[in-house]
Amino acid sequence: MIDVHAYAGILTREAIMFRRLWVSTTFASIVEPTIYLLAFGLGLGALISNINGYSYIEFVGTGSVATAVLFSSVFTGMFTTYVRRVYQKTYDGLLSTPVDVSEIMTAEGLWIAAKAGVYGCAPLLVAMCFGLPPSWGMLAVPFIGFLTGLGFGFFGQWLSGIVPSIDAFNYVTSALITPLFLVAGTFFPLTQLPQWAQTLAQLNPLYHCVQLVRHAAFGWEGWADVGNVAALVIFAIIARYLSIRRLRKRLIG
Amino acid sequence: MTANPAVRLQGVVKRFGALTAVDHLDLEVPEGVCLGLLGPNGAGKSTTMKMLTGQAIADEGTIEVLGFPVPAKSKQARGLMGVVPQADNLDEELTCEENLLIWATLQPIPRNLRQQAVADGLALAALTDRAHSKVGTLSGGMKRRLLIARGLVHNPRVVLLDEPTVGLDPQVRADIWVIIDRLRNEGVTVLMSTHYIEEAERLADDVAIMSHGRIIARGTPQQLLDTHVGTHALEFYGPPERLTEVEAIAEGLPTRRTGPSVSILRAESIPEAMHDRLGVGTQRVANLEDVFVLLTGEVLE
Ligand SMILES: Nc1ncnc2c1ncn2[C@@H]1O[C@H](COP(=O)(O)OP(=O)(O)OP(=O)(O)O)[C@@H](O)[C@H]1O
Ligand SMILES: [Mg+2]
Repeated sequence: MIDVHAYAGILTREAIMFRRLWVSTTFASIVEPTIYLLAFGLGLGALISNINGYSYIEFVGTGSVATAVLFSSVFTGMFTTYVRRVYQKTYDGLLSTPVDVSEIMTAEGLWIAAKAGVYGCAPLLVAMCFGLPPSWGMLAVPFIGFLTGLGFGFFGQWLSGIVPSIDAFNYVTSALITPLFLVAGTFFPLTQLPQWAQTLAQLNPLYHCVQLVRHAAFGWEGWADVGNVAALVIFAIIARYLSIRRLRKRLIG
Repeated sequence: MTANPAVRLQGVVKRFGALTAVDHLDLEVPEGVCLGLLGPNGAGKSTTMKMLTGQAIADEGTIEVLGFPVPAKSKQARGLMGVVPQADNLDEELTCEENLLIWATLQPIPRNLRQQAVADGLALAALTDRAHSKVGTLSGGMKRRLLIARGLVHNPRVVLLDEPTVGLDPQVRADIWVIIDRLRNEGVTVLMSTHYIEEAERLADDVAIMSHGRIIARGTPQQLLDTHVGTHALEFYGPPERLTEVEAIAEGLPTRRTGPSVSILRAESIPEAMHDRLGVGTQRVANLEDVFVLLTGEVLE
């Protein structure tokens, strides 16, 4: 049974925190992907006429949505969860009230996902200023961002529970997050890569996000998109399971 | 003891690797009683409290809070329990009011009563005029009062206070004692750990002395004194040889050595002849610390 009260409590806490901290949170989540977008879109775009029939700014503008979603969700999941657990002892406090680890992690994951859905739209709006034509399908982008952010939020929570110290996030970022973000079809089409790398990229949830956003903007592709949504749903379910199991181990002695 | 104690631990064992932090602990706290859990660092006080909220899982034994088995139904139990942790975990970047509001939302308080609960909490913590100050800007004493008010925001029936006044100056300590005293008068069940003797003597109806994960003595402060150390102690100061000599003369009576002094306990039963041989000492009233040191061999600060 779902304990609505517990979720409401945790989400209220997030909303109150956000009311205080939204400027810095939003700034970090929007500015970085926008810089990537502008640097690649305008810088590299001048050299590239088109990719798969899209102008480069159209290509990278849609791809950057996934970057914004990834950054805002996975890093929040990693750092915020770590800091709350280890330094602020927030969870020790929360767990003395009628909420459980699974409720805390799920509610916080939902909050991360909601933010990712909103922040994911920023690069799209910027790209529109540089010539990306608006389309009705783009209204699905916040939902794609939400679903992707949910999985990566839980994934970040899980990472926060397995690292031995906060410094280890440097390794995680370089060895795991950066490849995920580069090999997702954001800045260049994966068809440029060898076949094995293309196959491997199918396992990258971010790739499915990029695909969905492009199809939302330029035209849906039927069953392929059902597959993309399914991949993101499965990722979120697995990541949530891992996160809750790991943090329960860390928080309940 | 009573038919339905508010808190009941039976044969509870908690191990951390090779270390047994709680060792076959039996403890009952009847409803409406303030129990002082007195023990030195590492005795297992915090671990015991964590097991009561389901934040630590016992390896053996059974735990019940207000009739709810823990951890199986710990969520229900936590809704009726107020917890004030040993380490402050307030949200520093939020205001006093926001901190209380979050807890009022997490606890089972009807929506229309939440604002009142927050206002009452601010009043209890004497922070009404600081309602909109960020917690990070408060003094240590204010934070501790807020932490206590937060734990009490839903008028819990059982309150766990883990070293509520540790590291605080005497004025703040007195303020907090007033709050705890009020809880007792309202009939709330309180389990309070401390290593301040005075705190236990002042506030606890009942004291349990904990050492190495076990309760080694239990009773009202008066009962503990009567059973273990009597009413008076006779204290002697001097060089080590003199103290050793006193101990030798007092053979058969409990003694306690602290730094440059030795106390003979149960001084009221020292025979006349022994008095003459001991020479002049300082008579003082026996206290719980005497009991504690006698039973554990450990010294409290
Ligand atoms: N999570 C843990 N992992 C390993 N050992 C632990 C853990 N928690 C407590 N211990 C150990 O269990 C023992 C009891 O600790 P506990 O915190 O319950 O003592 P305490 O009576 O509250 O002491 P203090 O007065 O210092 O707060 C200590 O030896 C402590 O090191
Ligand atoms: Mg402790």
